[in-house]
Amino acid sequence: MWKWLHPYANPEVSYHFTDKIKPWFGWATFLLLSIGFVWALLFAPADYQQGESFRIFYIHVPSAILSAGIYAGMATAALCSLVWQFKLADASVSALAPIGAIFTAIALVTGAAWGKPMWGTWWVWDARLTSELILLFLYLGVIALNNAFDDKQMAGKAAGILALVGVINLPIIKYSVEWWNTLHQGATVSKLGAPAMAAEMYWPFLFCFLGFIGLVGYVTCIRFQTEVISRNKMRPWVRALVCDNNQPEEAK
Amino acid sequence: MNPRRKKRLTIVVSILTGLAVVAGLVLYALSQNIDLFYKPSEIHHGKEDTGLKAQIGQRLRVGGLVVPESVKRDEKSLKVSFRLADMKMPISFDPNEPMITIKYDGILPDLFREGQGIVANGKLAEGFIIEASEVLAKHDENYMPKELADDAGEKHAKPEYTKEQLESKN
Repeated sequence: MWKWLHPYANPEVSYHFTDKIKPWFGWATFLLLSIGFVWALLFAPADYQQGESFRIFYIHVPSAILSAGIYAGMATAALCSLVWQFKLADASVSALAPIGAIFTAIALVTGAAWGKPMWGTWWVWDARLTSELILLFLYLGVIALNNAFDDKQMAGKAAGILALVGVINLPIIKYSVEWWNTLHQGATVSKLGAPAMAAEMYWPFLFCFLGFIGLVGYVTCIRFQTEVISRNKMRPWVRALVCDNNQPEEAK
Repeated sequence: MNPRRKKRLTIVVSILTGLAVVAGLVLYALSQNIDLFYKPSEIHHGKEDTGLKAQIGQRLRVGGLVVPESVKRDEKSLKVSFRLADMKMPISFDPNEPMITIKYDGILPDLFREGQGIVANGKLAEGFIIEASEVLAKHDENYMPKELADDAGEKHAKPEYTKEQLESKN
């Protein structure tokens, strides 16, 4: 059943596959984000209560969703690395962690910027904000552990265990607004049934969201390739790759 | 799956399950402390799950809906008082339900309206009055353009201040 996946456990095959899909992510990101941002910032109507400040939504919500989504992906990779001991899964964990950390930071900062005028405060220790801050610390912990050992395999194991333990935080983030009384509002975009957002405001969000997903894909491809190369730098195929890239310059 | 992988998978899964149970129990035990605020009815009758009652003079947070036509603002200063009822969906107000009065001296956030959810931080005084030091507005997760809101008859004017009011605090 999983036979078709086996060739991708080889770093060389994976590297070239990533090379192939990378431009698709790049172009999709460029198109979706340009349409999404222009639509969201210039043409979407202002909110009836919040006025123009609601436009932070178009960055805050995709970043917040992705901060948790990237973590789920990273934890899956960590599980594969611990159980099946794929070396490439370790490379994925260390490729994903800084991206997730950045998106968590963006969600926190944009949220604070919105909270000051709307709620009346930058920060409040409610369940949603606190659990998102813990997510940032988990990411920083994974990054730190990845760099704490000289032995990459050891580092991958330590970071992977932390990443897996941190998964408990994900449902807490997601349901914090339902389980407890929080200042943070409930979910808008994933709410089923009654629409919580007018359609002309929702469409640009979809473009921005898909665009951000593309951006994550693109940056992940780049970081993954870098990780694979730095972990396999003694291998002949990496040397061949480097020589190949250098030849045209030498010919000049 | 070969036995070594199976063993590793079992170890990882059982550790995670154990941690999830521990986290669940801890959060359950802490649940009344994680709630950001008391509801107005809880100030009257005590916390829903523990029956814990707030003491006079205790610093606490309350959250609820601003009762329409209850907002009284001083014309010369930032002093404002309003009544708060329990938050419920769909939004409705019953004159007989438990309410509390909030007194506040400061600038209200942009989202403050009658019928809006707010959270106030302050000291409980005799007669279900809270002298608030901070008033935060809660957003209700609904977004719509102005025209749509006008059609639906939603109130959406943010609080305005005169110069005299703003300078009174200094």
